[in-house]
Amino acid sequence: MQSAQPAVHVSDLRKTFEVPVREGGLRAAVASLVRREHRQVHAVDGISFDIAPGEVVGFLGPNGAGKTTTLKMLAGLLYPTSGELSVVGHLPSRRESEFLRRITMVMGNRNQLQWDLPALDSFELMRAIYRLHPDDFRRARDEYIELLELGGLVNKPVRNLSLGERMKVEICAALLHQPDVLFLDEPTLGLDVTMQKRIRSFIAEYNRRHGATVLLTSHYMADVQALCKRAIVIHHGRILYDGELARLGAQFNATKTIEVTLRDGAADLTPYGEVLSAEDGVVQLRVNRFDAPSVTARLLRDQPVEDLTVVDPPIEDVIDSVFAEARDLRQSEAP
Amino acid sequence: MSGAAGTSPPAAGRPRLIGAWRGLLDVYVENARLALNEQFQYRVANYFYMIGMIAEPVIYLVVWTTIAEQQGGSVGGISSAQFAAYYIVWTLVRSMNIVFTPYGWEWRIREGELSAALLRPIFPIVSDLGFFIGWKVVVIVLWLPLAALLALLFRPELSPTLLEICVFAVAIWGAYLIRSLNQSSIGMVTFWTTRVGPFFELYMTVELLLSGRLVPMSLMPDWVQTIAGLLPFYWTFGFPIEALVADLPADRLLGGLAMQLFWIIVGAIVLRLVWRVAIRRYSAVGG
Repeated sequence: MQSAQPAVHVSDLRKTFEVPVREGGLRAAVASLVRREHRQVHAVDGISFDIAPGEVVGFLGPNGAGKTTTLKMLAGLLYPTSGELSVVGHLPSRRESEFLRRITMVMGNRNQLQWDLPALDSFELMRAIYRLHPDDFRRARDEYIELLELGGLVNKPVRNLSLGERMKVEICAALLHQPDVLFLDEPTLGLDVTMQKRIRSFIAEYNRRHGATVLLTSHYMADVQALCKRAIVIHHGRILYDGELARLGAQFNATKTIEVTLRDGAADLTPYGEVLSAEDGVVQLRVNRFDAPSVTARLLRDQPVEDLTVVDPPIEDVIDSVFAEARDLRQSEAP
Repeated sequence: MSGAAGTSPPAAGRPRLIGAWRGLLDVYVENARLALNEQFQYRVANYFYMIGMIAEPVIYLVVWTTIAEQQGGSVGGISSAQFAAYYIVWTLVRSMNIVFTPYGWEWRIREGELSAALLRPIFPIVSDLGFFIGWKVVVIVLWLPLAALLALLFRPELSPTLLEICVFAVAIWGAYLIRSLNQSSIGMVTFWTTRVGPFFELYMTVELLLSGRLVPMSLMPDWVQTIAGLLPFYWTFGFPIEALVADLPADRLLGGLAMQLFWIIVGAIVLRLVWRVAIRRYSAVGG
């Protein structure tokens, strides 16, 4: 049953940065002493969404889209310029202790642990900072150590751990207070495939065991596909799509790929669609998604088909086409 | 994967919390423990740091001792042995006075490193205070042999009373608190200027002149001493040293502690007010 109050509520949220601008060179440097010019950058430009308790949502967008700025406002690190914002019933920018105890934010490129000491020492500091009862702390710590297979790592100085090991330990530290809402900003950045999988499955398990709400950004679509049923796509600070990840392709992807294996080798299939590749008798055709059934029927009728499959393009390609569409739209709007 | 809304009830409720005051004490203890663990790993580096630090008072000591001997044994009523006592105690007070500097704040703010601290349900200065308390334990342990060596070389005259020792023991921590609060407030300037260096250098110059760090304040003109008494600097340097070495009467000793308390309260209020305004400007760049 869905809870009445969303875990995260965002309405018409905006964040504008004022950044100094000047030309390069000495002359411009001297001129800037007298007159400074600033430019307004609308990092987040009126976005709205709700996330229900326990929901796992992928927050997608290219670099500079406004994903991290949004996460930072949700975590209380940044003050919004305007708009409504509520996380587990709190206004994040107030950074009340009760709010901070219920959230966590993991940033892929940041280290919160004491570099020179074993992670266990940093865990104890977390226990103190979050005022955790020793029994509850130990239970959570031991649970995560087991789930993340950290047994041999937590006694080593953090500086001696690999990037992937450090990230696992970092995630463990960030969850010791058992937060209800997780803001994960590129948690698998720079990790190898095995480590990415381990972290993914841990996040899924944490969500299952604790009913936690998760908002995740990642450049790895595998993260999003493995964890999220819902995706929010943001570009230039605006939401382009908010809905089921599975329907993202249906909405934004106008094509399907037909892979045909011919019995007697290569043939010219250009009349059927755009030939993407043709090797060893296997031809890949891109066709309009609405034409896919009729093209398939024609191929089966007219060609010596040994095998045929119709597939949606990879989600990465769909996302790329979403951003390309948005870019074209902006360019056509430009004066 | 069960990521749908509301399909997975929590396996466990919210974790239990310990009391607020016990929690606060815990934060100090854990931060101090971390600092102890970390700094004892770098004891050689710390020792070289301490040796470098005592170069400054040894220069002052040699200069004033020479002048005193040339003037018949004393300067402004302070003998060579009293100068030795002043500057040896100086080394301990200086070590106790080391705090998280505005340069540290500048780094945190410019590089976005403050983000991690802001995500925690505790005012960042609390962690800084706790961490430097732990470091001071290391510093005191390392200071003892250096102080013994200086005492052998310069033969200080030091015979404090029990009250003076007690006031000194409190005053060095008072000095630490005042400097921590003031320098954190200066660090907040970074939120507006991005770089805090010039402002901090100005602060340090004034402190050098009006604190008793360069020379004992009793050697300064009366008007300078009057100004110094109205500012926080003297209460973080000259007062703790004089509490131990200068045979101050009880009313001046206790009055000095009262002044420290006053500056702690002022420093805490200023920091809180500045923080409230400054943190709105944080852009969390890079972090």
